[in-house]
Amino acid sequence: MTFPRTALLCATLALALCAGAHAEETIRIAFIEGLSGPFANVGEIGLRHYQIAAEAVNARGGVLGGRKLEIVPFDHKTNPQEAQLMFKQAADQGIRYIAQGNASSVALALSDAVAKHNERYPDKSVIFLNYAAVDPALTNDKCNYWHFRFDADGDMKMQALTTYMASRKGIRKVYLINQDYSFGQAVSRSAKAMLAAKRPDIEIVGDDLHPLGKVKDFAPYIAKIKASGADSVITGNWGNDIALLIKSAKDAGLKVDFYTYYAGAAGGVTAFGEAGVNHIKQVTTWHSNIGKAAAEHNAAYRSRFPDVKDDMYYSSVRESVNALVAAMEKAGSADPDKVAPALENLKFEDDSGEVYIRPDNHQLIQPLYVSTLVKANGRDVKFDVEKTGLGFRTDARIEGKDTVMPTTCKFQR
Amino acid sequence: MSEVLTLRRFVFWSGVAAVFIALPLIFSQSFALSMLSQMGIAVMFALSYNMLLGQTGLLSFGHAVYFGLGAFFCAHALNLIGAGRLWFPVTLVPLIGGAAGLVFGLILGFVTTRRAGTPFAMISLGIAEMVAASALMFTGFFGGEGGIATNRQVGKPFLGLSYGPQIQVYYLIAGWLLVSMIAMFALTRTPLGRMANAVRDNPERAKFIGYNTTRVRWLMMSLASFFAGIAGGLAAINYEIVTAETLGLVASGNVVLMAFIGGIGHFWGPIIGAVLVTLLQSALSNYTQAWLLYFGLFFLVIIMFSPGGIANLIALHKPVWTAGLMRRLLPSYGLAAGAGLIMLAGFFALIELIYHYESSEASGAFSYFGIPLDPEGVRYWITNAVVFLVGAALVYGARKVVVRAWEGVTLDMQNKGVV
Amino acid sequence: MEFFLVTLLNSLSYGLLLFMLSSGLTLIFSMMGVLNFAHASFYMLGAYFAYQTGLYIGFWPALFIAPVAVGILGAFTERFGLRTVHKFGHVAELLFTFGLAYVVEELVHLIWGRAPVDYRVPASLDFTLFTLFTTQYPAYRGFMMLVSVGMLVALYLLLTRTRIGLVIQASLTHPDMVEALGHNVPRVFMLVFAGGTALAGLAGVIGGNAFITEPGMATAVGSIVFVVVVFGGMGSLAGAFFGSLIIGALQTFSVAFDYSMLDLFHELGIDIPATSGWHGVWSITIAQTAPVLPYLLMVLMLMVRPRGLMGTREG
Repeated sequence: MTFPRTALLCATLALALCAGAHAEETIRIAFIEGLSGPFANVGEIGLRHYQIAAEAVNARGGVLGGRKLEIVPFDHKTNPQEAQLMFKQAADQGIRYIAQGNASSVALALSDAVAKHNERYPDKSVIFLNYAAVDPALTNDKCNYWHFRFDADGDMKMQALTTYMASRKGIRKVYLINQDYSFGQAVSRSAKAMLAAKRPDIEIVGDDLHPLGKVKDFAPYIAKIKASGADSVITGNWGNDIALLIKSAKDAGLKVDFYTYYAGAAGGVTAFGEAGVNHIKQVTTWHSNIGKAAAEHNAAYRSRFPDVKDDMYYSSVRESVNALVAAMEKAGSADPDKVAPALENLKFEDDSGEVYIRPDNHQLIQPLYVSTLVKANGRDVKFDVEKTGLGFRTDARIEGKDTVMPTTCKFQR
Repeated sequence: MSEVLTLRRFVFWSGVAAVFIALPLIFSQSFALSMLSQMGIAVMFALSYNMLLGQTGLLSFGHAVYFGLGAFFCAHALNLIGAGRLWFPVTLVPLIGGAAGLVFGLILGFVTTRRAGTPFAMISLGIAEMVAASALMFTGFFGGEGGIATNRQVGKPFLGLSYGPQIQVYYLIAGWLLVSMIAMFALTRTPLGRMANAVRDNPERAKFIGYNTTRVRWLMMSLASFFAGIAGGLAAINYEIVTAETLGLVASGNVVLMAFIGGIGHFWGPIIGAVLVTLLQSALSNYTQAWLLYFGLFFLVIIMFSPGGIANLIALHKPVWTAGLMRRLLPSYGLAAGAGLIMLAGFFALIELIYHYESSEASGAFSYFGIPLDPEGVRYWITNAVVFLVGAALVYGARKVVVRAWEGVTLDMQNKGVV
Repeated sequence: MEFFLVTLLNSLSYGLLLFMLSSGLTLIFSMMGVLNFAHASFYMLGAYFAYQTGLYIGFWPALFIAPVAVGILGAFTERFGLRTVHKFGHVAELLFTFGLAYVVEELVHLIWGRAPVDYRVPASLDFTLFTLFTTQYPAYRGFMMLVSVGMLVALYLLLTRTRIGLVIQASLTHPDMVEALGHNVPRVFMLVFAGGTALAGLAGVIGGNAFITEPGMATAVGSIVFVVVVFGGMGSLAGAFFGSLIIGALQTFSVAFDYSMLDLFHELGIDIPATSGWHGVWSITIAQTAPVLPYLLMVLMLMVRPRGLMGTREG
């Protein structure tokens, strides 16, 4: 009784799949991201970034003499296995470019799946544009010729952060608090190593790892930080773990500087609000107050999506689309086999100036910014974040060449 | 045991095998094949879960722990085979997962099965939380966020099988599923299987006539973990990556939903549930963001109106079918289905309107089954609310018609002596 | 000393918040035998309701309106959901609340979106209550404790001094007798469910702005409340109280201990080389395991004393 039923359902599904035929001239990019479940808001933000980036290209007249870009969203439900399934579905539909960024676990799974796919079906190769997964392994031990990363990886950001911290003479005692999983552990490791190399006089007074997303009350951690006498805290925390940390710090009157990766990301500033002013620093590839071009991009995002609370956050999305377009023009083709070599060593302009893709591990090299959360003032801090009245002001710009890290990557071309 | 091997059963299982062989010939797309493989794994996992919930009455919220541990052990085994440090045919690697599931089932089951009912559910949840949290901490074994990646194309091809192409993996899964299904079905006919039912239905009495209820629960739990481990091993081979999510609470909750939607009172129930849920999750999520909501509501409706799941609904009609009275029910069903469709069309449209209103896209208009809808337009809201209300009223009316039809049919069956 | 006192206060306020959640859960459980999986969802709804009503009428009226609204929702859930499922047995009831938790989370996504909402501590409570050595103690935490203790006293008085309280108490131990005496037990069930969810709602109102109001908050707190109830003893209010305080203290204080098994071995004169495969396991500190400890404690408790700390019967 069961199997005819199964067959019927499968037939319905197969029909639905067949309906996906598209005009030949559009170039489709599969946006495989968590679009339902707890991380869906972050996924949607990424999707909006891709949409506005693709629309900008199409408004300029498209690519390769008028072909348009189209973003096709797929929901991987923040599950690596589901992501593989979605990738297969995208490949079945003949999509040759995929984009993803949230969750390094998914990125590693996708990178692996893309490598295997391209090996098994060499005439249908696919290029993977990574706009936010920062696990250094993706461009080192687990690197893959078809994967291109447009965000700076965790170690590069730590390099920038510690370079800036080394220049701040007031810093004497640093406390590390991170989420207990591969990324948090990596932040803790590289922070210790890099600070020891750049400023041996800085004392690491604490190194806490707490389970990811499980801590409700950070007050005891704050009490611990206070007891340690730290003047600065480095944290790779994101989501609620950063917001709760900073709220607790404010409640207890803890006056330290927080050096963070993701304080400015989705919902963070809304969650801790004024509690963070002047004490929250973040390291990013971009923020809305770095110059005229950035201001224009941010304003365009706001007018394109007037109803949303978030702002432009990822420069990496725009860079990935622009790099793709430039490489296609350079190769004179939309075939990934020809586009991939054209992407290597590609130099192009973004809001922060000229950026380029490293040929030996396919990492985009761009300047990084360390910035502080302050009240928006309409002058050097023109834009606020999430309509909170608070925005980021640049403290330091670390040039791309200073963030180049050695790599263990060896491509199998 | 002898009754297991009747000719009828043999023909039946051969039929199942034939269906397994035929399916990929009908659905040959790479995505459909992946989907079938995913379903096979889900079916096996759900069946193993039903050994706990359906047969022994143990509501576990942590069954994915054994599935996931099986998967991790298999991934490591595959990597060891690949590195030449272990010789083992890939075809049999799921057994390693089964062994891992069995060992952990024996250890953890010893702790958890000392209690039944709600405390068992709570302990299983607690253990699942602990294992899931540890999985992120111990990056050596669990691989941290990235998980353990592996390659199924290792070792020498065994009987010409390299397991590179998905089709070979599908048949591997289908083969293991068939064997496990027969084994799990046979188990329900053994004294242990019968005792499990007794322990589920009346533990005091089972204890009174001299059975050790704790031991029965423990054995069933270990065996269920064994099959979950095999399913996990197949998942490791199929996806070639195992991450901490595999043994997390969401995965555990998912299998509860599958088993219950399908129906825990029948051996076939979880199969229907696993197939349906897998389909819904993959297909629905491509069409609507609200699929989790629909899915949750669907689950609530099943619990409230058909707690025996879909299998029970089908079983209800078996006597009607054999009595040849099905066509007496069909008109009322047609009516109810029509009314239900109207109600659902209005309801889905309303939910989609809310989603599109809340979700950020500035251009709010969207296409709903080819009909343009716009959350900015009040008339769309009103029309769909009216459609929904009219549909709800019709459903209410149709319900009475269905009940009356059933009453008639039941009466006739009683007269004919079928019931 | 400063650290100890501050942490003690923190653990108290956290424990009391846990109690507000677990008291409702344990009341519902002991009355109806239903472990309400959706309990934390009502906590979340309390926070969102308070945020929404607070936008129009401010925090103080919301403090009263939101829990009442949550309680009414709870009453509806019992009347039209749980009561329908009741005849199918406890597993179906449990799974009903399990499915409800799913649906509530999605509804919250639907109505308020997936990002955190800006639900803040009211300005009138946003100051430093006192300064302990150098650490400031926020007034809002004091307020949280005050509300929790107030609720504890009110609940105690309600259960021991009022007629309905006596009926509820009697139903805890002798439900059949209460029914035989002519009390409308289903209505008592509904009231208890409404009351329990209203308590969760109240916890949400004062917890939502102290922490963060976002769709994941229910899942984050849900399982820990179960631990409290099971650890304290199912169906025992006193058990829930001490369970909450103990688990609260355990989670808060364990953060302070940076000791691992490695240190213990070191004290014993055994040094494990960093190359050993088990080095990673032994080097986990107590602080790292803090949030997992309650689950361990629960499992241990169920092994040695299945009815929990102060439980009167086995679930």
